[in-house]
Amino acid sequence: MADEETSGGEIENPGSSRRTFLKQSTALAALAVTPPAGITALGNGFPEKAAAYELLPLQVEINGTVQKLSIEPRVTLLDLLREQLGLTGTKKGCDHGQCGACTVHLDGQRINACLTLALTTEGSQVTTIEGLTKGDTLHPMQEAFIKHDGLQCGYCTPGQIMSAVACIREGHADSPDEVREYMSGNICRCGAYANIVNAIMDVKQGGAKV
Amino acid sequence: MDTNPKNPPIDRIDGRQKVTGAAKYFAEFDLPNMAYCVIVGSEIARGTMARIDTKKAAGAPGVLGVFTHENMPPIPGWDAPVGGQADGPPPKPKTEETYRILSSPKILFDGQPIAMVVADTFERATYAASLIKAIYTRQPSKTDLRKYLANGVMPGGAQGADYSRGKPDAYQSAPVQLEANYTIPIEVHNPMELHGILAHWTGEKQLMIYAKTQGVNATQQAMAQAFKIDPKNIQVHTEFMGGGFGMGLRTWPQETAVVAIARKIGRPVKLMVHRSQMFTLVGHRPYTVQTIQMGADTNGKLVGLAHAATAETASYEDFTEATVNMTKFMYACPNVSTRYRIVRLDRGVPIWMRGPGEATGAFALESAMDEMAHKLGLDPIEFRLRNYTETDPEHNRPYSSKHLKEAYQKGAEAIGWSNRKSQPGSSREGDWLIGYGMSTGTFNAFRWQANARALLKADGSLTVQSAVTDIGPGTGTALTMIAHNVLGVPIDRIKVEYGDTSLPNAPTQGGSAIVSAVGSAVFDVCTAIKKELIELAVQSAGPLAGQKPEALTLADGLLSVETDPSKKVAVAELMRSHNRMVIDKSGESKGGPNLQNYSMYSFSVHFVQVRVNPLTGVVRVSKAVSVADSGRIVSPKTAASQMIGGVTGGIGMALTEEAVIDHRFGRFVNNNLADYHVAVHADVPAIETIFIDKPDPYINPMGAKGMGEIALIGFAGAVANAVFNATGQRVRDLPITPDKLLRTA
Repeated sequence: MADEETSGGEIENPGSSRRTFLKQSTALAALAVTPPAGITALGNGFPEKAAAYELLPLQVEINGTVQKLSIEPRVTLLDLLREQLGLTGTKKGCDHGQCGACTVHLDGQRINACLTLALTTEGSQVTTIEGLTKGDTLHPMQEAFIKHDGLQCGYCTPGQIMSAVACIREGHADSPDEVREYMSGNICRCGAYANIVNAIMDVKQGGAKV
Repeated sequence: MDTNPKNPPIDRIDGRQKVTGAAKYFAEFDLPNMAYCVIVGSEIARGTMARIDTKKAAGAPGVLGVFTHENMPPIPGWDAPVGGQADGPPPKPKTEETYRILSSPKILFDGQPIAMVVADTFERATYAASLIKAIYTRQPSKTDLRKYLANGVMPGGAQGADYSRGKPDAYQSAPVQLEANYTIPIEVHNPMELHGILAHWTGEKQLMIYAKTQGVNATQQAMAQAFKIDPKNIQVHTEFMGGGFGMGLRTWPQETAVVAIARKIGRPVKLMVHRSQMFTLVGHRPYTVQTIQMGADTNGKLVGLAHAATAETASYEDFTEATVNMTKFMYACPNVSTRYRIVRLDRGVPIWMRGPGEATGAFALESAMDEMAHKLGLDPIEFRLRNYTETDPEHNRPYSSKHLKEAYQKGAEAIGWSNRKSQPGSSREGDWLIGYGMSTGTFNAFRWQANARALLKADGSLTVQSAVTDIGPGTGTALTMIAHNVLGVPIDRIKVEYGDTSLPNAPTQGGSAIVSAVGSAVFDVCTAIKKELIELAVQSAGPLAGQKPEALTLADGLLSVETDPSKKVAVAELMRSHNRMVIDKSGESKGGPNLQNYSMYSFSVHFVQVRVNPLTGVVRVSKAVSVADSGRIVSPKTAASQMIGGVTGGIGMALTEEAVIDHRFGRFVNNNLADYHVAVHADVPAIETIFIDKPDPYINPMGAKGMGEIALIGFAGAVANAVFNATGQRVRDLPITPDKLLRTA
């Protein structure tokens, strides 16, 4: 092709056959599951809206409060937190586990909430940025982020802080280089990295319980 | 971080909200009956949709509407300006094509919205969107700029005209000559927060918008014109924005579409796009090919300089930026010419990305300066000093302030420039080659018109208001410092309210211009309050009666005689004794004739040390020092953060960032954050920032010039120059990935 990079012609959208398959699978799954009775309403209309669809029960402790929920199985932990529970401190940056903005603690481990189907957290403990603060008292890592200005727009910040706390707990904060390595799953596009590393090293060296 | 005793570093005023998750971004407002919108993008880059099947999607659970070109509600003012910088809307497109979202089956770029699906939950909207099926008649698409350089056209507007002074092609007569091509790939802003909008019609002609915009007033105007309603009836709120870097400098078509759809279905509608759509729907830094031709005499004086750039734009809109401008005024060269062209491709339209065209241009010019210095056997700083100019050779007028020599010197000391070996490839530590590089950056220092309001209450607290959005630089913190410095109100008694059209109008956050513009407005209204306090004190009975106003000073809530502090009155007491519960001042602020009498620029110098592994081609930035000559630093702590942020963006630009298109299909192959590599923690060393911190005497009352752009402009050139110093290999095509070093090794 002389000057032209692409050929013409009629094409169908390439995803259609896969999507048809997925749709059929979903329909089969829906038939196999009968929503149980006695599930707690959220008061935001979600169960009513979902009635025509499948709903499954979920019991999970979030920031110290046991939540009894009924949700669609395809809801991610991230969307559950943000769209149904009003816990918007956990951020959506990519929805693909590539940026770390949605980092929360699941039974003490840092995870990407966007890659976690909410139903898989049954019986677990989830801590979000909102659960890190005790009353009006900031967590030492939150204090350190303010002190070292480890943030600019603030959107990656909750994920950075949750990840930073876990980084110290894991024993991966013994040097600035180690912190850089173990924090590299949390992207900050404003470029506050240098200050974030200082904040983490400050908390680590201060010896406060995280 | 250098600090000035007058301006101590203070914590970011919104730090607590941001570290606790309490700061609310556009998508985090929960409105009753809110619906969710998902965009389906085209799968071809050029052609027409023969058919689009929405039936299954429309029948899926929870779906409230599926909108395509066949049923999109009309928007009365589609051709309204798209918002943007304070110096006016961009020129109307002169292109043959027109792009109006969901108005026709014609496809002009990959990812162009072909349907917008609205459902009662995000999951349902997403699922329904997957059921949309389109059949296309595909036409050949043009997306590779390198193939179509000959199609460049001279754009209209300020950037379009060719520039020339002295003799054209004078470089050809110089004893030492250089001609080289430099390429910048497509780079994508990729702020961490996804783009979108939340639109809520609160009345038939009344609209509330939660936006991801760098300018709430610009969005308000764009929507007012699109829907033919009074801007007073449109409230736009963006108190927090999860990064912009330029992608929020205009109102994008899908935002307008969501507003139209929200009206049609009678519910608030929220759109938050997918990360892959951040590559197609909200602009990018355009692919740009540049040529520098440079001639110098054997004493290292520039004889001639020519800079040509060709950049991509969309088929339906001309986008331009100031890519070649730095070449016109940076160095004392008698013979200079520049040329800027754009090529219309089957691509979404670009938008300014941090540093914008100036960063693209600085990479070419400052790489070439390094190449020429090497040819001449001169130190790169020395070469720049031999061509230093104290006056602007483009406009033949003085700079309002320029302390670049001091910046070169301070940066060189801090990086340890004396360790640099002039012979490339001659410094090694273990397996790693070590190199040093430097580069200059510059950007216009603006003073736009802005409004502000300040209210001093008798309880000693101060409230400052402006509609300006803080996208992360610390605007609110800087405004707090400015108010504090004028009125002496303690930092913790000052509240700054911003990011909403209910507040006094402000320009769009961009162009490194906000501290200058909005800061001046805050300075003015606070100064008006101070003047009134002084008048109250000297014109009535009391300890300051009859004093000369200029003899008084205001600090820590006390008004006193500067030379005799025993003569004093508490501001609170003064206000109460005059039954003034509040002093409320509003006003507009703008620059005077000095804006025409002086050339106003901020300058930066970036120094880097790199380590290059010759076996793997890996480049690591191991040290970075950035020096800013940006006038008086208003808020040193947030300013330092802004500098390290620019450097971090510069590391990505230099080493990893490249959005790659498969030109057979005109589609991106790395449209996600795993494959489009922005700098991560492990890529970024400790960064030293140095501020010259000398006030510019002419630009504004604070003496502050802008900083956001110069933090990045030039940085990629410094890295390329350091890589050359380390290896002897000159990479002229960004990013400097290992394959390019191994290929030429």
